[in-house]
Amino acid sequence: MNSKSQAEPKRPGTADPSWVRIALIATALVFLSLFLFIPVIAVFAEALQKGIGAYFAAIVDPEARAAIRLTLMTAAIAVPLNVTFGIAASWVIARFDFPGKQTLLTLIDIPFSVSPVIAGMLFVLLLGVRAPLGGWLANHGIRIIFAEPGIVLATIFVTFPLAARELIPIMQAVGSEEEEAAIVLGAGGWQMFFRVTLPNVKWGLLYGMVLCNARAMGEFGAVSVVSGHIRGHTNTMPLYVEILYNDYQFAAAFAVSSLLTLLAIATLVAKYYLERRVVPVKQEQEEPVVKVAA
Amino acid sequence: MAARTKRKNVLPGFGLTLGFTLAYLGMVVLIPISTIFFKTFTLSWPQFWAAVASPRTLAAYELSFGASIAGALINSVFGFIVAWSLVRYEFPGKTLIDVMVDLPFALPTSVAGITLTAIYAGNGWIGRYLAPLGIKVAYAPLGVVVALTFVGLPFVVRTVQPVLEDLDQEYEEAAATLGASRLQTFILVIAPTLIPALLTGFALAFARALGEYGSVVFISGNMPMHTEVVPLLIMSKLEQFDYAGATAIAVVMLVASFAILLCINVLQRWSSRRLAA
Repeated sequence: MNSKSQAEPKRPGTADPSWVRIALIATALVFLSLFLFIPVIAVFAEALQKGIGAYFAAIVDPEARAAIRLTLMTAAIAVPLNVTFGIAASWVIARFDFPGKQTLLTLIDIPFSVSPVIAGMLFVLLLGVRAPLGGWLANHGIRIIFAEPGIVLATIFVTFPLAARELIPIMQAVGSEEEEAAIVLGAGGWQMFFRVTLPNVKWGLLYGMVLCNARAMGEFGAVSVVSGHIRGHTNTMPLYVEILYNDYQFAAAFAVSSLLTLLAIATLVAKYYLERRVVPVKQEQEEPVVKVAA
Repeated sequence: MAARTKRKNVLPGFGLTLGFTLAYLGMVVLIPISTIFFKTFTLSWPQFWAAVASPRTLAAYELSFGASIAGALINSVFGFIVAWSLVRYEFPGKTLIDVMVDLPFALPTSVAGITLTAIYAGNGWIGRYLAPLGIKVAYAPLGVVVALTFVGLPFVVRTVQPVLEDLDQEYEEAAATLGASRLQTFILVIAPTLIPALLTGFALAFARALGEYGSVVFISGNMPMHTEVVPLLIMSKLEQFDYAGATAIAVVMLVASFAILLCINVLQRWSSRRLAA
């Protein structure tokens, strides 16, 4: 029923004429080359234009290392928090019925529809030194905007829905039978969580983490607003790329970019393999659910 | 149904997870979002109007909406062709392409921005062939369209692809048996089932493009009245500490985004009903 074209024998009368096929594939390839493949190749070509020595010099530069450190630290805070939120939200949404559930789902999606610049601006308005709350914090020596905490907050905001969005459908598809069995047999809540729930959704969890991490390390607009661009201090890698580029240090800008591009490619490969693990779980579990509903 | 409700009560953690979810949602999303609306209420009407209706702002809205629509349209046409090729045809490198389609999701926007600028500039890999034809991409409105096409690229492919995969070819076969040409079959049988997914993909790509900052800021050249998009205008107001002006423009953008989000929700419901029927 669920037909993947390659698994199915060609049906008569449903094949396109070969000139149509060739024209469409060629169009697709040209379009993707212009927008995806040429840019990726260009990143590495530009990064290596001054030779391999300059490439490595750009990466091990103290400012570059500071940017890499801040990027890793930001992701190390934002990802676990949002994944924890994703687990809690998917548990409550997939396992319980309560009024306002649909509204909650819509609210979780909000950060997706907010421009990154506006996302950063929200935190400037709330926590900048001119705002009441930000002013009070500043008087107590706590600086958030134009400092690391602001970068972390803005990153948490833009990556907020990612883990939850992946986990909710998986949690729903896996179903609650095994968890109910565990509880009936006398397991405690945490015991059930670590022995049944977590193993059941582990691939989906990892998938959500990978997506969340890629966005956390790569966020530019929101972080740009709150960072204040203090060199070697509040620069993440994407911001450092901008600074180098505006300084006409193109080879160095592309060298740092090449690291981020490698991260993006690694993310896509991980996504590809994880999707294959996640989808069978969903389909395997979906069939009986459909039967129950019918 | 009663048995189901009873079964659900066995599971623990409702209070804990709901409490955590709401508290975290409130702190990270709702309180920050509400500040912008509170801030707007502190503006006087003339102040608000001066910010959102100044010629520079109107030019930015025009470019942002125009280029986002153009990018989403380009993606609707070519995204459909990519999705169709990936689902219906076999060709070498198919898996690689399927994986790479999501690149704009994974690549930081500043990297995308400087790379697109480098290749579409007058001396770039692609730009050098366009320059003699009098086509200027980088530092012109066309560059904004290129960047916004890039960021919206995955959406149409990823909304149309699953619908095409689930499309039962029996109907096409029936149409062919009844004497329809391939083109007639496509227009009368296939296209109608794809329209909701295509529209959803268009709306998602449009919404993403409207808020985009990172990839546009490098390629556009940022000339007020000419190549300045709305997020960039907000950014420059913030840099001048004109928080009132930035807030007014941002609120208009937020309302537009929420309206699009609503449309997407309606479209997706329509789309899933179509599939179920």
